Amino acid sequence: MNLKKLKYTKGFRTMVNGFWKDNPVFSMVLGICSSLAVSNKVENALAMGAGVTFVLIFSGIFISFLRSVIPNRVRIIVYMIVIAVFVIIVEDVLEAQFPKIAEALGPYVALIITNCIIMGRAEAFAVKNNILHTVIDGFACGLGYSYSLIIIACVREVLAFGTLLNIHVAPPGWHNWVVMAMAPGAFFLFSVYIWITRTLAKVESDKE
Amino acid sequence: MNKLIIIFLASIFTNNIALTYLLGMCPFISLSRNLKTSLGMGISVIVVVTLTAIINWPVYYFVLIPLHSTILTYIVFIIVIAGTVQLLEMIIEKFFPVLQAVLGIFLPLITVNCIVLAVSLFVILRNYSFLETVFFSFGSAVGWVVAITVVAAIKEKLALTGDIPKKMKGAGITMVIAGIISLSFLGFVGMLAV
Repeated sequence: MNLKKLKYTKGFRTMVNGFWKDNPVFSMVLGICSSLAVSNKVENALAMGAGVTFVLIFSGIFISFLRSVIPNRVRIIVYMIVIAVFVIIVEDVLEAQFPKIAEALGPYVALIITNCIIMGRAEAFAVKNNILHTVIDGFACGLGYSYSLIIIACVREVLAFGTLLNIHVAPPGWHNWVVMAMAPGAFFLFSVYIWITRTLAKVESDKE
Repeated sequence: MNKLIIIFLASIFTNNIALTYLLGMCPFISLSRNLKTSLGMGISVIVVVTLTAIINWPVYYFVLIPLHSTILTYIVFIIVIAGTVQLLEMIIEKFFPVLQAVLGIFLPLITVNCIVLAVSLFVILRNYSFLETVFFSFGSAVGWVVAITVVAAIKEKLALTGDIPKKMKGAGITMVIAGIISLSFLGFVGMLAV
């Protein structure tokens, strides 16, 4: 397949949508709880991004595979059980391999279960599409979520701790902005991030 | 008794679940449009959060721990939450048609609201006793409602003046308001400890 044609395939459009145009964080404003809480350090953001991407892809595969079998009335609870299974896997791996990060993330790993991105993509995409496109969509949305988190985490970690990935970067005489590590800093940076990215991606603002 | 009151007040002011732990943000941003919707959502959240925490506590300590199956905690908890919400929906539909008009649309949304699961998990992580659980879950839900009502009230006033940058409307401005309010809630820090 040549490159020009690739632009019009469904897989490519799905990829671009999840990554930029319909980015879960700044365009659809989903999964905000975890992104606000976990973006205080880059390593936490990396771990969370990887975890969410993993759960998105694999729960997507399962739900897409079972989409003709799941009865409509109980579909939400079926999604949640599928998602919970993968979240348990993520948590066990984190605890075994990266105990420090697992401790810093605390209950927020378990709260991937109620992360609206995963539920939203299952309901809006995985039940209607085949496995291949679901994987592409899960991957794109996961990446879109991860890079948003990492950008915000980079700013917050430098301002709040004077470090980047735990390496000291602040100039001498730097005073840490403690508030950036706490909730208000998260809110302010997030609103600025949404403002900038929505302007760049030309996203329609929500109706008031 | 003293400790229970401290837990209750701390979960509203010093450790507000929305403004300190940043939980329950999705409905916080989409439903804080006006005071009436946020109150409707608020009442449903108080009922569901308190009820599920009260059910999940005995389930964890009397079923999951004796059976050594704490690995299934999350799955069991969300089944309990989804079941409770479904049951509540049916009861309200059948016996309280007046409430149905107010809460009907919000109840299904609550299943995927992170504060419900978060409160049940915090209770387990902090080893609360049953009574403490009741006070903590009720207080957390009330704290969330306090936060969303304040934000909704400010947004209602702000919509009248309406001089907000175009791309900042909606989610952006809600977060600025929430940020300012959470900054003011930092003033409570140190008054009470959980």
